[in-house]
Amino acid sequence: MSLLSRPARTALVAGTAGLALVAAGCGSSEPSAPAAGGGTSAACAPFEKFGKHDGKKVSVYSSIRDTEADLFQQTWMPFEKCTGMKITYEGAGEFEAQIQVRSDGGNPPDLAFFPQPGLLQRFVAAGRLKPAPAEVKRLAEQNWSPDWAKYGTVDGTFYAAPLGASVKSFVWYSPGMFKEKGWAVPKTWDELMTLTDTIAGTGVKPWCAGIESGEATGWPATDWIEDVLLRELGPEGYDDWVAHKIPFNAPEVVAAVDKVGAILKNERFVNGGYGPVKSIAGTAFQEGGVPITEGRCALHRQASFYANFWPEGTTVAEDGDVFAFYLPGNDPAEKPVLGAGEFVGAFTDRPEVQAVQAYLATGDHANARMKLGTYVSANKGVDIANAQNPIDRLSIEMLHDPDTVFRFDGSDLMPAAVGAGTFWKGMTDWINGKDTTTVLDFIEASWPAS
Amino acid sequence: MTSVPPAAAAVRPGARQAARRVGKRLSGRAASAVAIVIAVLWTTPTFGLFLSSLRPEDQIKTTGWWSFFSDPQLTLENYREVLFGTSSSSGKMAGFLINSIVITIPSVLFPLAFAAFAAYALAWVPFRGRNGIYIGVFALQVVPLQMALVPLLSFFSEGVSVFGLQLMPAWELEGPARFAQVWFAHTCFALPFGVFLLHNFMSELPGELIEAARVDGAGHGVIFRRVVLPLIAPALATFGIFQFLWVWNDLLVALIFAGGTSESAPMTVRLAQMAGTRGNEWQRLTAGAFVSLVIPLAVFLSMQRYFVRGLLAGGVKG
Repeated sequence: MSLLSRPARTALVAGTAGLALVAAGCGSSEPSAPAAGGGTSAACAPFEKFGKHDGKKVSVYSSIRDTEADLFQQTWMPFEKCTGMKITYEGAGEFEAQIQVRSDGGNPPDLAFFPQPGLLQRFVAAGRLKPAPAEVKRLAEQNWSPDWAKYGTVDGTFYAAPLGASVKSFVWYSPGMFKEKGWAVPKTWDELMTLTDTIAGTGVKPWCAGIESGEATGWPATDWIEDVLLRELGPEGYDDWVAHKIPFNAPEVVAAVDKVGAILKNERFVNGGYGPVKSIAGTAFQEGGVPITEGRCALHRQASFYANFWPEGTTVAEDGDVFAFYLPGNDPAEKPVLGAGEFVGAFTDRPEVQAVQAYLATGDHANARMKLGTYVSANKGVDIANAQNPIDRLSIEMLHDPDTVFRFDGSDLMPAAVGAGTFWKGMTDWINGKDTTTVLDFIEASWPAS
Repeated sequence: MTSVPPAAAAVRPGARQAARRVGKRLSGRAASAVAIVIAVLWTTPTFGLFLSSLRPEDQIKTTGWWSFFSDPQLTLENYREVLFGTSSSSGKMAGFLINSIVITIPSVLFPLAFAAFAAYALAWVPFRGRNGIYIGVFALQVVPLQMALVPLLSFFSEGVSVFGLQLMPAWELEGPARFAQVWFAHTCFALPFGVFLLHNFMSELPGELIEAARVDGAGHGVIFRRVVLPLIAPALATFGIFQFLWVWNDLLVALIFAGGTSESAPMTVRLAQMAGTRGNEWQRLTAGAFVSLVIPLAVFLSMQRYFVRGLLAGGVKG
């Protein structure tokens, strides 16, 4: 039923917006506009500060597509209507390669949502991106913590405001199973390991994982390593490791990887519901946590967006079928959070482009987007009451917590040869049986010389 | 499999004998058995894909298609979602299907026409440097099209300028007008192979035929239209089918030159988006694959006769 009504509803929204657009168009060309536009001007009041850009077009390119892209476009509709501009949106899975080709070919979009700060930096270094206008900079400083703003800044110049976010430091579990067995959510790493051991004692393999993801196979394992490294080295140490000031095969990195190995490479602990350790490499990341719903696995470390992958009919809530807890560190007082997100970079600096850039950096945009469906943003202007589900709420609470130290997914910051290449491949080999030092030496050797 | 169609009339007698010999050898009992085994082996994955496309989402995601036989459950839900599922950013599949057709038909006809003209000139119009040009065109086949993407894109978006002197303006096309870019790109990329294939075929035609026509007072235009074109029909069909399948299945060229909006993007672009940002809707892909397969399959089956004939004629050319 709901499936049938969804297209109809979208059509209705689109139709209404179209009508309103026509009305606005007629209104502006005729002298009696104020009277006719009386109703819309109240709705348009929040958008007045972005100015009028009648008939102007702004193109947006990103890797967000399908349903999520639709929600963004719905969010922008009132903005487009009130400012008179048209935003052409395009989403492609080949974003990283295509944006390079388009920019080289002299045909870049006006705005692009970069999911990797590393890629953003490369475009800045090539002189392709325009620095963010003062208004965007002000909004970003007001709405995001310095941890976030830092990733949109290159060599002291602010280029890109953050947009959405996802929290990666989560362990998914079944609240029902925990309650039934009397297990408690662990607060420290030691408690986590004790719990793991307890669960293994009941005959269930405690952890399940899957790192297969087409050409990106291995990335879920790199997230694991990054999460633990962030806890072991501390935020500053983590930054040094990402910037290659600490070599990939340094003893402290080896220790952190082995700490993950104590779980992921232990036949007693993995791979719940799938089989031996090696089955991790062949299991699609989309399905990695599914055995939890079947009671064949208890714990699965994956980002907040994993909420979309549970089989239909699974309730994601504190008292539902599945939920997530924060992957604990050694010291419960420290809460470093690993995450990811998009940054809005501009290839052009026309006034209408800057208006869109400013709008995207506001809390209003994030709130409007959140009201439509699942969405997380580290924007401080976000009202938690708008969160569509418990996991979004938990993520936003974590991101807003002033004690939270946020760090971006390291493989998105490293040179692509490592971050989207040997790191993934190395971790896949590691799961498949290679030892830690061999793998880390291999990754270290692949780091670009310059 | 057992009946090899007779080679084109223009093929030399030696070649015809060879074709007959091959035909006889391929129609033996053992050869048929091997052919059947190969056919079954090669069809199994496609069959599995087809079965998958009819299974409910949670089944696709948890078990392999072969478990259908122990627990048969079929649904048309995937097809419904692929064909009629609306998304405000991309619209229905049907719109993309039309875009695909709008892109494909001119992208097949343009190179077909240009290649035929060029091949005729290179084969039967004597002029200086003919062989040089032919070798040049032939050599262009080696250049991977990926190398040409960026220059071609800047040709469209910035025009051509030498030392600051603007020789050609930018095209500056928007919306549906961007189809022209895709046609242009596909035509460019198809021409070297097209010229090569058709030239080979045309130069095989007996010289007496052309001379006789010329004695009767026919010019190049008439000879091309009345004598050459009817004789090379199988080759035209072969090239047409190749080009059709290539353009229909193309994602790269379309993504770059047509963009990803519903105004001008073909079906392959929509298929690539359909799985969702993180691939969480990948159950739609099996059904999508079959929807996109229908038209090429129809084209191939209806023109298969020419295809085999054209291939054979090219294959046994000595």
